[in-house]
Amino acid sequence: MLRYVVRRVLVSVPLLIGISLITFGVINMAPGGPIGISSDLNPKATAEYRERLKAYYGLDQPLYVQYGRWLGRMAVLDFGDSFSADGRKVWDKIRERILVTLSINVLSMALIFLVAVPLGIYSAVRKGSVFDRVATVTVFTGFAIPTFWLALLLMILFGVRLGWLPISGLVSLEYDTLPLAGKILDRAAHLVLPVFLMAFGGLAGISRYMRSTMLEVIRQDYIAAARSKGLPERAVVFRHAVRNALLPVITILGLSVPGLLGGSVIFETIFAIPGMGQLFFQGVMSRDYPLIMGILTIGAFLTLLGNILADVGYALADPRIKTERAG
Amino acid sequence: MPETPGTPKTSGAEGPGALLSVRSLKVGFDTEKGPVRALFGVSFSVAPGETVGLVGESGCGKTVTALAVLRLLQTPPARIEGGEIFFRGEDLLPLPEKRMCDVRGKEISMIFQEPMTSLNPVLTVGEQVAEVFTAHGACGKREAADRAVEWLRKVRMPDPERRAREYPHQMSGGMRQRAMIATALALSPSLVIADEPTTALDVTIQAQIMELLQEMREQEKMAVLLITHDLGVVHDFADRTAIMYLGRIVEIAPTRKLFADPVHPYTQGLLASLPGRNRGEKRLPSIPGTVPDLSAVPPGCPFAPRCPFRQGAIRRYQSGTSAQDDLAICDRTDPSPSEYGPGHLAACHHQRSARGEGAR
Repeated sequence: MLRYVVRRVLVSVPLLIGISLITFGVINMAPGGPIGISSDLNPKATAEYRERLKAYYGLDQPLYVQYGRWLGRMAVLDFGDSFSADGRKVWDKIRERILVTLSINVLSMALIFLVAVPLGIYSAVRKGSVFDRVATVTVFTGFAIPTFWLALLLMILFGVRLGWLPISGLVSLEYDTLPLAGKILDRAAHLVLPVFLMAFGGLAGISRYMRSTMLEVIRQDYIAAARSKGLPERAVVFRHAVRNALLPVITILGLSVPGLLGGSVIFETIFAIPGMGQLFFQGVMSRDYPLIMGILTIGAFLTLLGNILADVGYALADPRIKTERAG
Repeated sequence: MPETPGTPKTSGAEGPGALLSVRSLKVGFDTEKGPVRALFGVSFSVAPGETVGLVGESGCGKTVTALAVLRLLQTPPARIEGGEIFFRGEDLLPLPEKRMCDVRGKEISMIFQEPMTSLNPVLTVGEQVAEVFTAHGACGKREAADRAVEWLRKVRMPDPERRAREYPHQMSGGMRQRAMIATALALSPSLVIADEPTTALDVTIQAQIMELLQEMREQEKMAVLLITHDLGVVHDFADRTAIMYLGRIVEIAPTRKLFADPVHPYTQGLLASLPGRNRGEKRLPSIPGTVPDLSAVPPGCPFAPRCPFRQGAIRRYQSGTSAQDDLAICDRTDPSPSEYGPGHLAACHHQRSARGEGAR
């Protein structure tokens, strides 16, 4: 098992370099460049000024040199400096936003799994029942409704009409004056709408998936065999069926790890949340190469990590895989 | 075969001495193409300690019958449309689910056809055998584990202590079937339903498993409902044999009687196609035609389209030596079983008129 993990990690390194190479190429192929933003529409910008800017950012070098320099910095985990006017370190920019996005995403993801898995199981066990039908309609409604529209409606209802919840930002203006418990409550109140909305839209995928794997498992011979022993239905469902139906969910969990860092631009704009989505969007619009590369590299890293975690988790949960690899 | 004294007509079959008595069981399925009948009034019984073979082609309703007895059919799509299933004098069909759970595994247990898929892949074999003890509150968890190992030893699982801790995929088909048998016998049920217990196994393993079942049957003095399509197996194993065709029992008789004097043309066809009976012949005889689709069962006798008697009747009619009436009844009415000897029932219009009802 350990050897398997080590091998997977080692294989990931060239993969990660390959991904960064392609990313780097694509970014540079895209029209426009960091220099254009500040010089194209500026009548006072001379050719000499442009050259000086290029040299300043190192863009005068051939691409392979630029990539080599980037890779060299990455080797010591230095994401470089942003091209934007503030010129801050890329890592600092990411760091101050990553926690915001991460907390919203982890909360909504946890909510999705906590609700969708039991929902899917129960829908499958009571297939065709009123509960199953209501659940189906509800999750698909959540999936189909444009989030930004529902977000606006809920903001009007809970924020404006009822005044129960704040409608934007992460903290209130008087946050700093609040006692600790008040600070926690204030943050929580700001998270309610975004987390709920993200979870509502994401319910359909997991719950439907859970329902269909559960239905698949219930048809298996070993479920009939378990029933033939005289086990009560509860034991058949939880001891025999759910354990098997949950196996594929481990893979989904692993694959959703990179998604934890991505923020939705629309979403963050509506709720005025300073998250990763906005940062990335700004980075792309201003051709901030180091920032884009930094975010994409972290994303690629997490994707590979999630894959490894999914495989390891699966192997730990499914005895069939564990022994195949060990033996 | 054990006869219950005082049972007037059908020797151990329908009387109060029967352990299991299935009476005109009708089962249907809701399919995408509409409702389909799978069992058209199946009746048979099993006496205590008796082995009854249930023989038929794939899709004739053998497994549906077995699952219906244990009430393991998924409803929907399955629907029990009529009949009764008496076990120890109590109708199982109206029983509440909780009572049914007490019956399953303890009173009636089942050995499934596919040992490869009938064990849960994420639980150890020992856990799965032990479950039957804990499910019925027979003992605590630790003792259940010990008793599971004990039973694995009884069914001659090699190295039972180690095997109990292993998962199904680490075992061969034969070993898995031994584990299934251990589970089925663990609480000494009075009836074991064995649904093609050897079909999925290698020939050499088949013999071992049947031997084991035979030994266990004698040791535990249990009744067995043996479902198979292998006439050789029922010949060696069953006290009585029922032949199924298209969701009906077309003939049932003490095994020796059935093999010596088959009445129904389908039974005759099956026996004629056994290799052992045709030494020296170049080609084994077979039954012409195919089993009709269950959604398009012909009216009248279900076997009529393939029946040699009916073919003969058609020829006689065409040559003018017989009236059309002779075959019209086969096309119009589903024959009900009539008696051809003690405990020997068959459903055939032709034989009834040829041999006379109740005649030997």
